[in-house]
Amino acid sequence: MPKRGGFFLVFTRLQTRLWMLVAAGTILMPFISGCGSHYVLLHPAGPVARRELDLTVYAAVTMAVIVAFVIALLILTLIRYRDRPNNPHAYTPEWHDHRLMESLWLIIPAVVLAAVAIPTVKTTYALARLPKGSHPLVIDVTSLDWKWMFEYPDQHIATVNYIEIPTRRPVLFELTANSPMDAFWVPELGGMEYTMSGRVLPLWLEADRQGLFWGRSAQFSGIDFEKMLFHVRAVSTPSFNTWTASIRRSKPAMTLDTYHRLLRFNTVGVGEYSSYPRSAFPSITHGFGLSGGMYPVLSNHPQKN
Amino acid sequence: MSFMAVYLFYLYMIHTLFPENVRQPTELGADVMIIGTGIIIVSVLTRYKKWRWLWSEWLTTVDHKKIGVLYLISALAMLFRGGVDALMLRTNLALPNIQPIGANEYNEVFTTHGTIMIFFMAMPFIFALFNAVVPLMIGARDVAFPRLNAISYWLFAFGALLLNISFVLGGSPNAGWTAYAPFTERAFTPGVGENYYFMSLLIAGIGTTMTGINFLVTIIRMRAPGMTFMRMPLFVWTTLTTSALIIFAFPPLTVALALTLIDRLFQASFFTLGHGGMPMMYVNLFWLFGHPEVYIVVMPAFGIFSEVVATFSGKQLFGYTAMVLSVVAIMLFAYGTWVHHFFTMGAGPSVNVFFGLSTMLIAIPTGVKIFNWIFTMWGGRIRMTVAMLYQIAFIPTFAIGGATGVMFAVVPADYQLHNGYFLIAHFHNVLIGGTLFGLLSGMHYWWPKMFGFSLNERLGKLAFWLFFIGFWITFTPQYMLGFEGMTRRLYTYPLGYGWHMLNVISTLGAFTMGAGFVVLVYDIVWSLFKMPRDATGDPWNGRTLEWALPSPVPEYNFARIPVVTSRDMFWWMKRHHATIADQLKPNDIRELDLPKNSPVPFILGLGFFIFGFGMVFEWWLLAFLGLAIIIGSLIYTGFDYDEHKQVSADEILHIEQSLGRLQG
Repeated sequence: MPKRGGFFLVFTRLQTRLWMLVAAGTILMPFISGCGSHYVLLHPAGPVARRELDLTVYAAVTMAVIVAFVIALLILTLIRYRDRPNNPHAYTPEWHDHRLMESLWLIIPAVVLAAVAIPTVKTTYALARLPKGSHPLVIDVTSLDWKWMFEYPDQHIATVNYIEIPTRRPVLFELTANSPMDAFWVPELGGMEYTMSGRVLPLWLEADRQGLFWGRSAQFSGIDFEKMLFHVRAVSTPSFNTWTASIRRSKPAMTLDTYHRLLRFNTVGVGEYSSYPRSAFPSITHGFGLSGGMYPVLSNHPQKN
Repeated sequence: MSFMAVYLFYLYMIHTLFPENVRQPTELGADVMIIGTGIIIVSVLTRYKKWRWLWSEWLTTVDHKKIGVLYLISALAMLFRGGVDALMLRTNLALPNIQPIGANEYNEVFTTHGTIMIFFMAMPFIFALFNAVVPLMIGARDVAFPRLNAISYWLFAFGALLLNISFVLGGSPNAGWTAYAPFTERAFTPGVGENYYFMSLLIAGIGTTMTGINFLVTIIRMRAPGMTFMRMPLFVWTTLTTSALIIFAFPPLTVALALTLIDRLFQASFFTLGHGGMPMMYVNLFWLFGHPEVYIVVMPAFGIFSEVVATFSGKQLFGYTAMVLSVVAIMLFAYGTWVHHFFTMGAGPSVNVFFGLSTMLIAIPTGVKIFNWIFTMWGGRIRMTVAMLYQIAFIPTFAIGGATGVMFAVVPADYQLHNGYFLIAHFHNVLIGGTLFGLLSGMHYWWPKMFGFSLNERLGKLAFWLFFIGFWITFTPQYMLGFEGMTRRLYTYPLGYGWHMLNVISTLGAFTMGAGFVVLVYDIVWSLFKMPRDATGDPWNGRTLEWALPSPVPEYNFARIPVVTSRDMFWWMKRHHATIADQLKPNDIRELDLPKNSPVPFILGLGFFIFGFGMVFEWWLLAFLGLAIIIGSLIYTGFDYDEHKQVSADEILHIEQSLGRLQG
């Protein structure tokens, strides 16, 4: 076997060390940066996001135990059984079966996965329903190319690319689209849900502290989809009421014309409207009704007025 | 008058073939590269008078070993293309608000990156290894349907060509490798790009389905005497389960692609908005294929690792029966998890919980396999060859990728992590750490069997370390970016999110992997000229039947079909001082019928290409011409009974003698 491999080998050792250093730096990064506020998923601002984060961390830690065990076992094996002269550890080329050990690593992963599965089932059902006895604020969301339109059916106002919500009150988002699919996501408040034409999907979120949170479409929908940004401001209930009142008083009404202008393929800034055409949600989502969706809408979803 | 007509035709062609979005500097660069490479290839072939050799030895071949080589070359070329795409993407994201390539090109590049890596890199790479060794491992002379095998290759090759020319003729697809309706409907993606996507995958998909059928039949029907199912090497088992997955997974894809194409070309409304279209159904059909596809690309890697780990530990595979049962279990479970790709599409908690649990269930047989690989090494003598290094790197990498996969099965976690960079990091973790490491391991392992010389170990190790370290530098930051809320398919991002630091690191890692690829190619070229030829046919002290044959293997594989009496048959023979030659006496050699070369597969592929190109641009005359070629070559091959050539006993005797394989 020839030893030399040409000019690529000149820097091998130096390069290897250099890359080891970079790799170590990469792995240490999160600890050095101290999980700053950029890590939006690690700084939940509401009960939904918090439960999701707790479960994520729980699952990650549980899986990390198994992964760490596997890696340790691998390293031990490599140290003991490397092919070198006078290796003192027994060479057993015919050893290929051990009933007890094989059942053991069938059972251990099963137990660990059960430990992940049980809270998964509980939390999934818990987050699919609004908390019992709550009176949610309803916001109807329509994703358009490439902007977000929000309607407050109880307050009779509409906004574009911006919403305000009261803290400590669940908000029920009813999601639909008048465009290809998008995904409605405010990471600090909780997980995402797709918006699809012809269907209304429910998603409830809640903020338990005041603040300004960003949201965006998480599903690719064309050339300007990275600009499909919106902001959510969580404020106290009185401020929220003041805000809705001021919009009703001082902002223009959204006419069907305004709505049709929003349907064009473009991006727009923030908009606030004192009223909106009743037919805008969801009956003009490309002119067809809501029957015939693949999945039923959740049974406890409140009737719209 | 006629001048006007010519001029209008010229304008039409220019605007159809080179629309605005194709007349960009990068695409012109690609044009120059493609034309330049073409000129070089043609002039080299002409200079050395190799045209006839190319046609008779390669383009018309039906020999599974040569088809394996063709697949391998194509796969490496596509790995280059997909890798360059990846570097373009990472360059664009390296810093906030820099746009070396614009939004539309970025969308095209991430679409072709995914499509090429899955369909035109991983799949042919897998088929390269199937073709190169599966018939040898089971003691067969060829696959069950040699001509069909060649047709499969040429359909793949022309499908890949169709997708690749899109970048310079008419514009590339730009809706992601999943091509979700309704975005891929004409209303949202006008132009020919998406037509290319659907048409090329349809053509390549026919080839893939036929390969699945071919290898399923080969393994069931063509095993040597004594090669019972429970004596088959594990790579043969994973080939069997992969083939079964292909046969049942590709039809839903074909349906989804064909229906969308009919929507686009003939104004139907299967998945349109309005008119009763149901876009959600596309997503279901796509992932009904897409999830088994994940196992289609990773199971062969499981098989490769099972061979590599036994050989380089000098030890029997630990828990063979459990390994077989777990690949079969994975094959069956693979059909029952597809909804986990869209938990956030409103299926409701009960459906989500069902598919979350079924996804976790599939982790159990995978875990069993990982422990069995480690215990194959336990008590062995581990030789750190390049193939084995990829295996050792695979175990922790895949364990971590699997663990993050289980996190996605935790439905509430998926709601936050879906479509973010955590997801990107997860699937690259399993696809690179599982599939690509497996394929590279298999390539280094079986290279001497395919070509008759080994690859340089030192260069191979350098490439390995660049890949492995580069991989973690690329994807560790991406896992973290997921927690910073960065979503996939953004072509750029503003400064304020704090995503830039991790993106810079990730880009550096991507270029490290790129350097690894350059070293790999250099390794191949260097070894081609400098490595000594392998005279033994068994450079690794192998265990399975393919190592009992000389390298490269003669066209007929086995002069006499061996009788198998044990698992790891070649290992058993070596322990009992037996060779294949022992079984072979000159009188035993009879004349053989071998499949004869045929131009039909190549011409059929060309017909599909012309048909596809016509469909893409809606030039119906051209499409009909392609269709006529397809039907014509099918009729021709249907009545062509001259499929075999005879190799005389003397000829075989002569070859075996010259290889020193004959006793007495």
